[in-house]
Amino acid sequence: MLTRREALLGTAAGTAGAVLMAAMAATPALAQVPAADIRSLPRQKVKLVAPPFVHEHEQVATSGPKVVEFLLTVKEQPVVIDREGTTMQAMTYNGSIPAPMMVVHEGDYVELTLVNPETNEMPHNIDFHAATGALGGGALTHVNPGEQVVLRFKATRTGTFVYHCAPEGMIPWHVVSGMSGTVMVLPRDGLEDENGKQLTYDKLFYIGENDFYVPRDENGKYKSYETLGESYEETLNVMRGLIPTHVVFNGKVGALTGDNALKAKVGDRVLIVHAQANRDTRPHLIGGHGDYVWEQGKFNNAPAKDLETWFIRGGSAGAAFYTFLQPGVYAYVNHNLIEAAELGATAHITVEGEWDDDLMAQVSAPGPIRAI
Amino acid sequence: MKRKVQASVAMAASMLALAGIFAPDAISVTHRSPAQLLGEPETVAIAPGSFEFRLPGEFLKNDYPVDAPLQTTAMRRGFAIMKYQVSAADYARCVADGACEAPDVVTATAGDAMPLTGVSYRDATAYAAWLSERTGSVWRLPTDAEWAYAAADRYADDALLLAADGSNPAERWLARYRSEADRTGPDPQPKPRGHFGANAKGVADIAGNVWEWTTTCYTRTRLADGVAQTESTDNCGVRIVGGRHRGYMSYFIRDGKSGGCAAGMAPDNLGIRLVREPDSLLTRLKKLLPARIA
Repeated sequence: MLTRREALLGTAAGTAGAVLMAAMAATPALAQVPAADIRSLPRQKVKLVAPPFVHEHEQVATSGPKVVEFLLTVKEQPVVIDREGTTMQAMTYNGSIPAPMMVVHEGDYVELTLVNPETNEMPHNIDFHAATGALGGGALTHVNPGEQVVLRFKATRTGTFVYHCAPEGMIPWHVVSGMSGTVMVLPRDGLEDENGKQLTYDKLFYIGENDFYVPRDENGKYKSYETLGESYEETLNVMRGLIPTHVVFNGKVGALTGDNALKAKVGDRVLIVHAQANRDTRPHLIGGHGDYVWEQGKFNNAPAKDLETWFIRGGSAGAAFYTFLQPGVYAYVNHNLIEAAELGATAHITVEGEWDDDLMAQVSAPGPIRAI
Repeated sequence: MKRKVQASVAMAASMLALAGIFAPDAISVTHRSPAQLLGEPETVAIAPGSFEFRLPGEFLKNDYPVDAPLQTTAMRRGFAIMKYQVSAADYARCVADGACEAPDVVTATAGDAMPLTGVSYRDATAYAAWLSERTGSVWRLPTDAEWAYAAADRYADDALLLAADGSNPAERWLARYRSEADRTGPDPQPKPRGHFGANAKGVADIAGNVWEWTTTCYTRTRLADGVAQTESTDNCGVRIVGGRHRGYMSYFIRDGKSGGCAAGMAPDNLGIRLVREPDSLLTRLKKLLPARIA
């Protein structure tokens, strides 16, 4: 009997055919479905969209299950992660941090082509938390520079799920260097509240939160490195201290503020999907709420209601549904406020519309203190 | 920190008047300093004149925030202002003398070329006191009005010019946010001296990506008819910083990003540019004496 560890080692070493087949045979979901049935399903090719947005998708499925094709290309590249120009040697899927969100429906098949261009330094793979077996696909997707692989998995559970790179021995480094994204598997009938009433969103904001660990020089300035390999050892030392130097949304301090602030209108129903592949976080919408929140991100559980702050476990993605009731500039933060204000975990949402005096009014403007 | 503002307005006016009495021609005077004194930083002479000035602080009318009044403001006497911002190397000399607190991150690696950043109002006033001591001249931070006058064509009017009556407070918040986001440059990394060029008055790098501390306190004023002040409160725990947009910053903040509120745009960097007071008769005499006797 082949253990998962042996399968992984075999794949990583490039051992061919037999080991791969054995690993696949040990995966019941793949073994039990007749391939011919899957081949006869309609296919859809989806062009992924960079975060904080998501590709066009149906909320309620209007047809039966299909095979949905996605393409991810690994890009190893230096990225600037704050306003001071600190540059990190990053590893990404498709060049964005977080990696793009893929949306399918329960019962659909995700068919991913993973490309590792020859220009890269590292082997890579992908572990889908939404998938069953083979380390989430990690054991079947190791690609060296100059290789590609195609993986298919069936979306059997609904919810928001993290995916990330998981090469043996270097998993955390790849993850905190940017290689994580989100799959959202919608129920075929769309989202529902606890009474089965349909919840339709007008907009989806996809927030990927990352913790970065950038080494400093003797003067306290962040270091930059010529190559990924050179950055490895010192970065690992900072990682082992467990105190991030940056905690950011969308890959960079300020990536979702100022000119890049998210936009909405009063009355908009917004689904905010928040993913953190490595570390716990606690999103909070300042001045708003989570009307319906799937903290764990799994839609077969009834949403929690009226939350002030919600908890996203490291290694998971959650979803919060909110209808904006007041105009203004909202801050969406990790409510460890030190991480929000000092390390970067802040996004802004500008919301247009009419002010509701019933919900809030400034009864008397600030002025000198008078007798009360 | 809080007191009624009328007193401080009157005080500022009398200070200007007093300063004007002494050596109004001092700007054109070049000093021959004793060798022991530090060389004078290069300055630009700002000529007297008047300009349209949007008053600083927050203004309320009928309990709603409104744009500050635009006031024709006279600069009856000119003044001398540093052509360049204080450099990291300049400040390092003050630190070495034990008169200034060391910065949190050491950036002084490129000689005199890089502007000082990461300083608070306290650091700025400590530096001014040290420089005055070391040069024998009186150096101080500018007022917000002086800064705006010196910034000239680089000065950004922060009026929002909204037609709305203010009953929807979010309109001002959104307009302010957009206006500040528009004025925030793409690159907040400090640049070598001269990178942002000189303005119409020859002042270099002003309103680049290093905001400059002024002495002016935050004020909130209620307007009776849109112009006349009825009452006002000021808070000198918060000072104005001049830059691409006017900023309000607690006096002890060194990193502007930490001093902003959750939903506003913060200055990229905080730095220093000082004004040199015209020499009084006494100062001029002192400068003629050997150093340290004075």
